[in-house]
Amino acid sequence: MAAIFRPSANLAAKVVLLGMAALLAGGTGWWLVWPRTDWSRRVGWVIDQPVPFSHEHHVAGLGIDCRFCHTSVEVSSNAGMPPTYTCMTCHSQIWTNAELLAPVRESLAQGRPIAWNVVNDIPQYVYFNHSIHIAKGVGCASCHGSVDRMALTYKASSFTMQFCLNCHRDPGPNLRPKEAIYDTEWHRTADTPSPAALMQQYGVPNRDLTDCSICHR
Amino acid sequence: MRRPLLLLLLLLPLAACDDMTAQPKRNAYADPSVAPGRVPTDSVSWRDHSTAPPPLTLALIERGQQRFRIDCTPCHSELGDGNGMIVQRGFPQPPSYQEDRLRAAPPQHFYDVITNGHGAMYSFAQRVAPEDRWAIAAYIKALQRSQHAAIADLTAAERAALP
Repeated sequence: MAAIFRPSANLAAKVVLLGMAALLAGGTGWWLVWPRTDWSRRVGWVIDQPVPFSHEHHVAGLGIDCRFCHTSVEVSSNAGMPPTYTCMTCHSQIWTNAELLAPVRESLAQGRPIAWNVVNDIPQYVYFNHSIHIAKGVGCASCHGSVDRMALTYKASSFTMQFCLNCHRDPGPNLRPKEAIYDTEWHRTADTPSPAALMQQYGVPNRDLTDCSICHR
Repeated sequence: MRRPLLLLLLLLPLAACDDMTAQPKRNAYADPSVAPGRVPTDSVSWRDHSTAPPPLTLALIERGQQRFRIDCTPCHSELGDGNGMIVQRGFPQPPSYQEDRLRAAPPQHFYDVITNGHGAMYSFAQRVAPEDRWAIAAYIKALQRSQHAAIADLTAAERAALP
């Protein structure tokens, strides 16, 4: 009886087996690992903007409070992007001829908003609310990083579900005293109340914060 | 012959898959009217309505101090002398709150300036809610008082604590 397979079939079998293994590994990587990498989430990538606004200059250099521009962060789900009018509060008098600020002046003159590009992207099936996080002692820097050191703004955290859950499972260590919420350089010291004390003080329940409906509705 | 067809049918539900990251529903981050870069041009009068001056309480002055340090200190400075950081960088200097004219001004004057702007100062109507305007006005009056206090104004206990 003649052989069923020719000798070259050995090679074909090896290639197919290796190919399947590679496909499995590649598929797992593409499906499970890649979306979780900081590279794919673009953590630390500067996003191009119509005007190269520097938080470093305005926050660390001039000492302007976050809430001067992001006015609704304490009362709304949205922190609030400042309208051009807010920029022009100062720039109607300062740097009035700067080429860099031409789009800002144009925006005010034409009544057309500056179209800033989103830096901290979350999917639309997430109902994130800024005000509750501020009210319960989560500092801006806990998610947004040291914005006062960003000459150009970038995403400091991955904003994956894992990132949110890390804190929702055990919020205590990420809470800070009320007066430190907008302090981008704050860090825990020996005088800081314990995580448990802060949880108590803010009335953060020690349960339920990982319920699906907390973030998804 | 039947089985591959059934398997193909199983693939059919995949056609219903879509990108869940974009959902046309009510959500602060999906609504184009509030999404970044689309602030309505007529938003200057945010929550604007005239309110009667609230009763003067310590809580009101403390609220005023908090809001003053956010919205006013960049130019007026924490002392209210008009030498804030933005002024040091070239913004026209506002008058000091310690001027006689401003010391005599009622809270209503400061409320109106916050609402309508004054001179080089833009309106803050869209950034400072009416209740907070009264709070800031109260704090400015306290700031003026703080720098014109006499020893005689202190209580006996406070006087004892003086060096």
